[in-house]
Amino acid sequence: MPQNWIMLAGMDQLEAIDWVLSRHRHDGTRLMQILRETQEALGWLAPETITRIAQGVGWPRARVEATAAFYSFFHLRPRGEYCLLWSDNIIDRMAGSRALMQRLCEALWLEPGRLSEDGLVFVHTTSDIGMGDQGPALLVNYRAATRMTAERVDAMAELIRNRVPLADWPQEWFQVEDNLRRAGPLLGEAFTPGAALAAALSRGPDAQLAEIAASNLRGRGGAGFPTARKWQACRDAPLATDQTRIVVCNADEGEPGTFKDRVLLNSHADLVFEGMTIAALTVGARQGFLYLRGEYRYLLDTLEAVLQRRRDQGLLGRGILGTPGFDFDIEIHLGAGAYVCGEESALIESLEGKPGRPRLRPPFPVTHGYLGQPTVVNNVETFACAARIAEKGAAWFAATGTPQSTGSKLVSVSGDVARPGVYEFPCGITVAEVLDAAGVRNCVQGVQVSGPSGTTLTGEELGRRLCFEDVPSAGALMVFDCTRDMFEAAHNFAHFFAHESCGFCTPCRVGTQVIARLMDKIAAGRGSQYDLQELSRLHQLLQGTAHCGLGHIAGNPVFATLTKFRPAYERRLKSLEFEPAFDLDAELSQARQMTGRDDAGAHLAET
Amino acid sequence: MSEPRKLRVATTSLAGCFGCHMSLLDIDERLFTLIELVDFDRTPLTDIKRCGPCDLGLIEGGVCNAENVHVLREFRRQCKTLVAVGACAINGGLPAQRNHLDLRDILEAVYETEGGLARGAHIPNDPELPLPLDRVHPIHEVVKVDYFLPGCPPSGDAIWKFLTDLIAGRTPTLGHGLLHYD
Repeated sequence: MPQNWIMLAGMDQLEAIDWVLSRHRHDGTRLMQILRETQEALGWLAPETITRIAQGVGWPRARVEATAAFYSFFHLRPRGEYCLLWSDNIIDRMAGSRALMQRLCEALWLEPGRLSEDGLVFVHTTSDIGMGDQGPALLVNYRAATRMTAERVDAMAELIRNRVPLADWPQEWFQVEDNLRRAGPLLGEAFTPGAALAAALSRGPDAQLAEIAASNLRGRGGAGFPTARKWQACRDAPLATDQTRIVVCNADEGEPGTFKDRVLLNSHADLVFEGMTIAALTVGARQGFLYLRGEYRYLLDTLEAVLQRRRDQGLLGRGILGTPGFDFDIEIHLGAGAYVCGEESALIESLEGKPGRPRLRPPFPVTHGYLGQPTVVNNVETFACAARIAEKGAAWFAATGTPQSTGSKLVSVSGDVARPGVYEFPCGITVAEVLDAAGVRNCVQGVQVSGPSGTTLTGEELGRRLCFEDVPSAGALMVFDCTRDMFEAAHNFAHFFAHESCGFCTPCRVGTQVIARLMDKIAAGRGSQYDLQELSRLHQLLQGTAHCGLGHIAGNPVFATLTKFRPAYERRLKSLEFEPAFDLDAELSQARQMTGRDDAGAHLAET
Repeated sequence: MSEPRKLRVATTSLAGCFGCHMSLLDIDERLFTLIELVDFDRTPLTDIKRCGPCDLGLIEGGVCNAENVHVLREFRRQCKTLVAVGACAINGGLPAQRNHLDLRDILEAVYETEGGLARGAHIPNDPELPLPLDRVHPIHEVVKVDYFLPGCPPSGDAIWKFLTDLIAGRTPTLGHGLLHYD
């Protein structure tokens, strides 16, 4: 049980809020953590709770409420003693999540999305929770439960009805497996905490940056920006008085079908934290954040323990490894269920206690990031790679992969494969090779690379390579065999984007909703060719006019499936209106003349 | 080449206030130019009751009842190009304010429970009266619409620009100052 819960036991509501506030020094930039901890103590964020917090941090109430209302995991209405959120990615659905949710609701006599009459339980869906390799999965009071079955659901309903505390539920339900199926240079060898850092220190910041540059390491979050260039820019950014540089690890792994960071953080956290510390050494940062997605709340205590051990080992804190002036520490910030916070400037907004809306760029975070300070934001895997490069050198790292995509890549594989999980392969591996390793059960119809925002491949494109020269990727394959319906996948993704749009710009806020509704219309068998045209047009509109990357790519999965799996749409259409280029009836005129007929059957009416 | 054929144009107001038609009249003396370029088919201006084959149909207002559906379908059948004119045709507009209410509640309140009604007042059921739909729809939810001319109403200048573009064969564009949603 988290420490603050023990402290909070026996306090009344106001005392609890004030205790959380003082724990966070009444600092409004820490609002996300204040709201989360308050909610964990009180169950939900009542209007008077918001008021108290606003007074406590000295912010206008509306600003506090804006943040609280933005995130899916903050509740401005009671959510009962048990809040069960089923992961609603297409992969979970293929594993039967919808039927299981329905079964749970029927057993508990309630509707999804509505609190039970007695205020006991709430059941609904949530965006992918990063358990694609062990679904169907759900969050039970924000703790991930995996591999759900009808038997487990029935037992769960019984536990809820009997109001059994979560701590007394079968612990194997909450078991999250790494499912690391193949390790390579990054994860294949044991890592001694401090080894990479010692190597970096003996090299010095300049040489260390040169080493990263020589390795040609590129960001593992999917965009592939050269890491050394980002670090250099942050290092070169001028500092005002009282400012420091900031290192942020982006562990907001919200892209559906992606779960490699979960494995890194669960079993290789030292590698990640060490990479962050090396980044701090290189750019001259004193403060670091791990932005952990709310869905990975269950990892928080383990990660805090790793950080504490590293402090005790002299790997974090003041004078790291006995080096005077090398001060750096890492703090964990928990997100609250907003996919858009994976975008680095939205993530920084969130770190500052605000709704996660992407900023206009430039200025870029490397010069004006967290609280206006130069900030490096890198993916979890990027930091792990950086640690290995410091430890083993650029040449060792660049020996793997391709010229433009050096090193190895962690790939999350889920869907119709025998062995879903995380695979480490050299960059440049073909999709087919990954699928062979994962054991494809049936013929492959399609593969969604890098989640809904990524690339849709058909079964004929499995020779494509996972690297920046070919298919850039954050490392995720969702596999659909021949029995699947690719329209269903796109339909699911369309609703995902409509749900996750931050609402800031009109093209995205409205466009994603219109796309989702058109997909509903087609799904209901009421579509026409015009709807297909409209979907393509909306995709172009979003690409050209949305404020950030989420909007730009929100039409991708629909457009890609519309291009590559068009029959999946067409067979659902109600009409395929078509106007011939010639007069059909006139084409009968000669025959009419020849036969002397003029009856109704001798004419074709225009439709 | 022969003289360009005059375009045949029909207009109607469904669940609208005729404000968009008034705005059409607001093109003032340009009406003389317009009638050189187009012939009017069904429209309140000609009082023709049924729409024949047309090049262009301008629809004001949303779809609130069965008659609106018939008229709109007739226009779609007969017009090569159909334009949603004004806020109500595009979004449902003011009549769509009733969409968050249950139709049954509305009819009961208006015809049966509201104060000041005659004794024995009931919901009218004359077959002459078109039945209201559960919700008011923008016209593009009922038929395929080719162009949208926003505004409440669109200004005479916007309508003129739109029509002259269309007549000249250009894809209509409303530049700054003409594109309004209010």
